[in-house]
Amino acid sequence: MTVTSDAAPNKSRRWQRPPMIKRPLLRWCLWLGAGIYLAVAFGTLDVNWTRVLDGIPRGEKFVSGFFPPDFVTNIDEIISGLNESLWMTVTSTVVGIALSIPIGLGAARNLAPAPVYYFCRSVLAISRSFQEVIIAIFMVKLFGFGPFAGFITLVIATIGFYGKLLAEDIEDMDPVQAEAVKATGSSWLQWVNYAVQPQVMPRMIGLGLYRLDINFRESAVLGIVGAGGIGVVLNNAFDQYDYQTAASVLLVIIGIVMLVEYSSGYIRQKVQ
Amino acid sequence: MLRLEKLSKQYKTGDLALKDIDLEIPDGQVMALIGPSGAGKSTLIRCVNRLVEPTSGEVSLNDLKLTTLSQGRLRKARRRMGMIFQEYALVERLTVMENVLSGRLGYTGFWRSYFRKFPQSDVDEAFRLLERVGLDHMADKRADELSGGQRQRVGICRALIQDPELLLVDEPTASLDPKTSRQIMRLICELCDERGLSAIINIHDVALAQLFAQRIVGLQLGSIVYDGPPDGLSADVLTRIYGEEDWEATIQKGDDDGSEDTGDIEDQDDRGPHLDRDHMAGMS
Repeated sequence: MTVTSDAAPNKSRRWQRPPMIKRPLLRWCLWLGAGIYLAVAFGTLDVNWTRVLDGIPRGEKFVSGFFPPDFVTNIDEIISGLNESLWMTVTSTVVGIALSIPIGLGAARNLAPAPVYYFCRSVLAISRSFQEVIIAIFMVKLFGFGPFAGFITLVIATIGFYGKLLAEDIEDMDPVQAEAVKATGSSWLQWVNYAVQPQVMPRMIGLGLYRLDINFRESAVLGIVGAGGIGVVLNNAFDQYDYQTAASVLLVIIGIVMLVEYSSGYIRQKVQ
Repeated sequence: MLRLEKLSKQYKTGDLALKDIDLEIPDGQVMALIGPSGAGKSTLIRCVNRLVEPTSGEVSLNDLKLTTLSQGRLRKARRRMGMIFQEYALVERLTVMENVLSGRLGYTGFWRSYFRKFPQSDVDEAFRLLERVGLDHMADKRADELSGGQRQRVGICRALIQDPELLLVDEPTASLDPKTSRQIMRLICELCDERGLSAIINIHDVALAQLFAQRIVGLQLGSIVYDGPPDGLSADVLTRIYGEEDWEATIQKGDDDGSEDTGDIEDQDDRGPHLDRDHMAGMS
């Protein structure tokens, strides 16, 4: 061990946190470039203030059209639409997660050999590259109007979401625990079951509930392009200027999302 | 008997971790492997059960060549080598019992292990081992609820339930306080003695190595620089292994230790993980 007992330096040394970008010229150029870009971008944003002012009373009228929400007139349609949405949400989440488990395992760098890894990663990339509505339009063309198109859309979206996060969670696991189980002479499947699964399970349960929540909200949007669910009811109501029914549908959606939100918080606390 | 012949390991980064190691460990011998960090101790024991693939050379356990085995055969061979880890390496979200029984995975079919339906004889043996280390009442606790010393005892049970012929022990005391360290080392050595196991124990703590091992091998930059009895460790030898330092205080003859033995395993005052790993700072 070295002992530092030199005489204290009589001149105090200055210290500053080293900057993230070392070269000052590059640093200032980046700042300047970002500033110019923002100025130009805001310059092209043409805001017509008179139209904004006109819009405010129109918005008030629009919102007041929502009141009172009318649950009664179209109750049958709301219930059947809601049923369809819930059915679509639950089945697509379960099937999507089931399919994303093998793909997620294959897309984890520390589990899969390179060819499998690249194959699974590209499956995930493709299923994530399109927004749900775009996939839904495509699926409606393939399978016709109705909830089946919505189901397939949500399955694809769930695989992209869940598979990617599962793969990333596996890549972050503690390698020593995994090594220890491997050293007992376990088979690959046993190793996944004993070393990998316990480490990723709590987060995966939480993400599964989160995905359920997302899928329900998406199912409301998918109705607008004809892929079934409560969105169809919502869309019809707007088309017929029946804002009171639309308001009741929105309230139902908000209520269910809140229910899922609170219960998933509770369940996640339990499994931690 | 474990035999290493001209064993070398070169990592992808180009670091030569082991250079032509020749080593024989007869049945029943407890050998301590000492050396500075980065000397290749961990690599050496991981090359034996091929958690790390050796670059060249041969490892054989009782005339079974481990280095050329296919993956399936390697799994079978790994059952005969129990491993104990530095940070215990228990699967933290599994129960103590599941961790112990995971030592039987190599003997159990997938579905039986998946539903946790291990043969009754395995469960009996697991309870017997947990009782031996004083933790049978903890069987259904989750592994992350235990203290450091308790976790390491579970780790020992997991290795022993494999019914191994050889123990590979990687820094078993590095995260433990001095007293628990001794208890763990004593336990490992007693169990090796009871079952006639041979063991390679990587250890930073020279005094502990001298106290418990029958033979000491010193590794430096991937080569063996000392191989002999514990009392052969002179200041000269330690300098050869670790480099220049004042070694006089480190060298002990072991007689001031055996007497102050409180070491019963049931000792309960070691709750809460002790992370006093620097108590031997200056040695690493």
